[in-house]
Amino acid sequence: MKIVEIKKLNVKYNKSITLENINFDVEQNDFLGIIGPNGAGKTTLFSCMLGMINQYCGTIKFFNEDIRKSQEYLKHIGYVQQKPQFDKNFPITVHEVIKMGLRKNHDDNRINEVLQQVWIHELAHKRIGELSAGQQQRVFIAKALAGRPKILILDEPVTGIDKHSTELFYDILTKLHQNKITIIWSSHDLNAVHMLANKVACLNRTLFFHGVSNDFFNNDNLLKKYSESSMQEHIQNHQNDL
Amino acid sequence: MIFEILAYSFIQRAIISGIAISLLCSVVGMFLVLRRYSLFGDAIAHSSFGGIAMGLLLGIYPIWTAYLISLSSAIIITKIKKKFDISGESSVAILLSSGISIGLILISISGGFTIDIFSFLFGSILLVNIEDTIVIIALTISILIIISLLYRQILYSTFNEEQAQISGVRVEQINYLLISIAGITVVTSIQLVGILLISSLLVIPNITAILYGKSFKKTIMLSMTISVCSVVIGILLSYLLDITSSGTIVLISILIFVATICMKYVGIINRS
Repeated sequence: MKIVEIKKLNVKYNKSITLENINFDVEQNDFLGIIGPNGAGKTTLFSCMLGMINQYCGTIKFFNEDIRKSQEYLKHIGYVQQKPQFDKNFPITVHEVIKMGLRKNHDDNRINEVLQQVWIHELAHKRIGELSAGQQQRVFIAKALAGRPKILILDEPVTGIDKHSTELFYDILTKLHQNKITIIWSSHDLNAVHMLANKVACLNRTLFFHGVSNDFFNNDNLLKKYSESSMQEHIQNHQNDL
Repeated sequence: MIFEILAYSFIQRAIISGIAISLLCSVVGMFLVLRRYSLFGDAIAHSSFGGIAMGLLLGIYPIWTAYLISLSSAIIITKIKKKFDISGESSVAILLSSGISIGLILISISGGFTIDIFSFLFGSILLVNIEDTIVIIALTISILIIISLLYRQILYSTFNEEQAQISGVRVEQINYLLISIAGITVVTSIQLVGILLISSLLVIPNITAILYGKSFKKTIMLSMTISVCSVVIGILLSYLLDITSSGTIVLISILIFVATICMKYVGIINRS
């Protein structure tokens, strides 16, 4: 069953094209890894899907309904930002952060459940600013899960996180997928996407592959094309630095 | 001796109004401080100066015109800030200077400074009458009820605006509501510490509490306690020593802040 449908999505930002003719679907219980170099438009794509950017052409449907017509779909989405912005001195505990993600305000059992799901139950009464980046990101996953979402959207969630925390994070994603949560996840880590995702979307302003993960990773031409586009970005960055 | 002072009805009114205002300023101020809007209260207070001057000129009760001008200018400046992407501190400067300049012009038209203007500039909690006390209590209860009903939305949009929006919180409406509440709080509090010192009541107890609070609820409770203590001790001490109440209240809150910083420095207090 299709739960996300994106058709002919075009986004322009400051008169330059950010996304061009994006078409893809997400089926229930898919684990979709979206890969692409920096500036490929991954965050823009998520911003459109989450209703943060409304200036686009084409259609985005969640649960068969155009997101421009209703924002109800957001109730079924858990979202984890790349490096969530918050004041490190904000006086708030992990427990209070997760509580913000609840549908019912006083469901303490659910808070304990999600804390255990991401292995941070011992941190419940710590101030969030005291935690490491990896622990903070697990808190945000727990908050996203607190409202029992059908879809989890993660925008490069392990950026700036150490190796051990990253591995823990991947274990959590695997378990969530086994628990029938649909995951849409953007990443630079090709190995992790190969290991975890069952579907892959390869983005560089336009979508040059969307399909089963093994079809992408076993196709040398596609991998070469992806490496070239990534290399182009590195060369471009290097030239800009010079 | 304290019981003798407390027997005076004007002291009772001052303490009751003062406690209500200090609770209000703590709660509203906490959200302003955490949103890095610390000086916004100061700017609203200065814009209310124009409203007070207008009231005095037109012969209307100045607090009502102050509510009108402060609220409308706070909302207008927020709209301009959003539309033209002006920084927070610049919008505060615009609001602050426009309020004072309009006030000064209106005062010069009306024939210069009067005792009334001074009481609004520096506060006059010992002069509040029973009607003022009832209005202060009613507004405090109403605002605290609104905040408790929308607690999750206000806290969420203060913590992370983008996440809150994606979670279905109507962030823009919440922002305007908070700004309006701040406007009402500031004008209500003018009678306690005056236009010139109002931001201290919104900021200092909260900054002190944030240094020690671990959870949001505990931090707000701590801020309320500090604020109420400053106001009650300040009113009693100012009466005993025959000095200005507004200055005493603010100075006590500053002393509490300095004392807690010293205690933290020597390790007597840690985050609770």
